[in-house]
Amino acid sequence: MISLTDFLIVSVALFCIGLYMIVTKRNAIQILIGIELILNAAILNLVAFGKYDKANNSGQIFALFAIVLAAATTAVALAIILNVYRRYKTIDPNDINKLRD
Amino acid sequence: MTLIRILFYFLSLIAIASALYAAASKNLVRSIFVFFITLFSLAGLYVLALADFVAVTQVVIYVGGILVLILFAFMLSGKETLNVLQKQEGRFLSINKLPALLLAGLFFIVLINVVFKADADNLQWVKESISLKNEITPNVVMIDNIGVNLMTRYLLPFEAISVLLLMALVGAAHLSRKEGKV
Repeated sequence: MISLTDFLIVSVALFCIGLYMIVTKRNAIQILIGIELILNAAILNLVAFGKYDKANNSGQIFALFAIVLAAATTAVALAIILNVYRRYKTIDPNDINKLRD
Repeated sequence: MTLIRILFYFLSLIAIASALYAAASKNLVRSIFVFFITLFSLAGLYVLALADFVAVTQVVIYVGGILVLILFAFMLSGKETLNVLQKQEGRFLSINKLPALLLAGLFFIVLINVVFKADADNLQWVKESISLKNEITPNVVMIDNIGVNLMTRYLLPFEAISVLLLMALVGAAHLSRKEGKV
């Protein structure tokens, strides 16, 4: 079978790619994609460790919770991005410097 | 080198390569569609970790919900967004991305070190769970057990997350409504 360390290494790689996307991208939607990559790395860890918990299924159930949380986060973040675009006519986070006018 | 190991390396290669491409590409639409491939291969990895229900949920919610939402939000925001994207300067390895690359690389080195130092396959509780036959094997069906656990042991987090999801959806609908009459 596949060892736990292999899963952890894949998840570390995905986490670092997501971190790089969050820091460098100049576009709010791609930053959101980076956040989703980091969440998926965490879910991969939960699922890989959840294999050793047959009675309680804690890993798999909290992976489901994390997926639902990601859905809620994305909905709110996209609504905020649409509002920011309506006001500033750009979605580059570097150009946005006021919370309210 | 069994077939399942080959499948694991293949899927993880696809996942990491497509994530790298999504990070490197300057075209937003291409980045979103490559992210599709990452999510599908991650669902395959969840199947290999014997979590088939989580894999199906991943496909339904992430691929069916979140990505369609991202695409809709992108398409609703007009073609000026595309123009902003086209004039982004710099290649993947330009000088102003060096600090971010350094940060990600150092994080990678530190986390890989932590993974190898922690030696996850020889942890105490993992060994105990293998010796107590508490390990999920490929020939058992876990879905009914997940349902029972969700409704008994994890009922409080389940209710909390349902209330949070309702709040988030109402808030998103409120935020994205048209401006105008207050």
